[in-house]
Amino acid sequence: MTLDDYLGIGETITLGSHHFSAEAIKDFARKYDPQPFHTDEDAAKNSVFGSLCASGWHTTAVWMKLNLAHRGRPWNGEGPKPEFGPSPGFKNLKWLKPVFAGETVTFTRRGLDHRPLASRPGWRMLTIHSEAFDSTGDKVLEFDSAVLVKVG
Amino acid sequence: MSSRKWAYEDLGEGVVIDLGTKVVRADEIIEFASEFDAQPFHLDEEAGKASILGGLSASGWHTCSMFMRMLCDAVLLDSTSQGAPGIDHAKWKRPVLAGDTLSGKLTVLSSRLSRSKPGLGFVSWRAELVNQKGEMVFELVNTCMFLTREAAR
Repeated sequence: MTLDDYLGIGETITLGSHHFSAEAIKDFARKYDPQPFHTDEDAAKNSVFGSLCASGWHTTAVWMKLNLAHRGRPWNGEGPKPEFGPSPGFKNLKWLKPVFAGETVTFTRRGLDHRPLASRPGWRMLTIHSEAFDSTGDKVLEFDSAVLVKVG
Repeated sequence: MSSRKWAYEDLGEGVVIDLGTKVVRADEIIEFASEFDAQPFHLDEEAGKASILGGLSASGWHTCSMFMRMLCDAVLLDSTSQGAPGIDHAKWKRPVLAGDTLSGKLTVLSSRLSRSKPGLGFVSWRAELVNQKGEMVFELVNTCMFLTREAAR
């Protein structure tokens, strides 16, 4: 097994699906994004979105949850198992369509590439592209992000 | 909260808005991470100290969410906001550690009216969160949509 295999370079991996209940949408929004279209069905009907929908940050947080759950691919290459570290950030994030209450969203990730980090010997920077689709097949989210990986 | 309602006209290039402060509590870090980002350095002080983050640190997605709450309280809940289509970039520049006090600031980079939708404007801004040592921990650039005062009437 090569590092590229382990990191899924060039491979689109389906991370799993998540059901966004109205209650979970409102719970998240009350703490972090209490705009009326995320906390109140009636207010949402009269808003630009037309119906209760998840905070965009709720959608990305669920991506992280499923992404983590999918990191445990068995390592049978040489040396110790690569170890994921923190991330420096993301870019080109688009919330393309609201995630409405009751939707089930399917998340994917594709490894783009990885390179050594001059400032941290033994660590590499992995870049990935992620997407999410609702039950009608419409893309609701996409973004590019990076994460540090300790190798060898 | 002031009685002003932020509209497109209030958000011209160069406008700076204070987003207030947020104390980052350990139990909030652990609660968010338990649900969405259950990595050891977001769940446990000792594991955090042993990691390159240097202590119990907030998930980057939690930092985004804390920033969003500050933005809601300072601007969006009393505004003509029509949401945001995305984020140009966000940088987690330094660890956000339990006990940190974050101060937020928003600077409008540019604004323009929609050509296709009268009464709608696009406002691009840079947001920054700085910790109690004056170190920038988070930076974000994106565009939000706001109605003009006239359109919101």
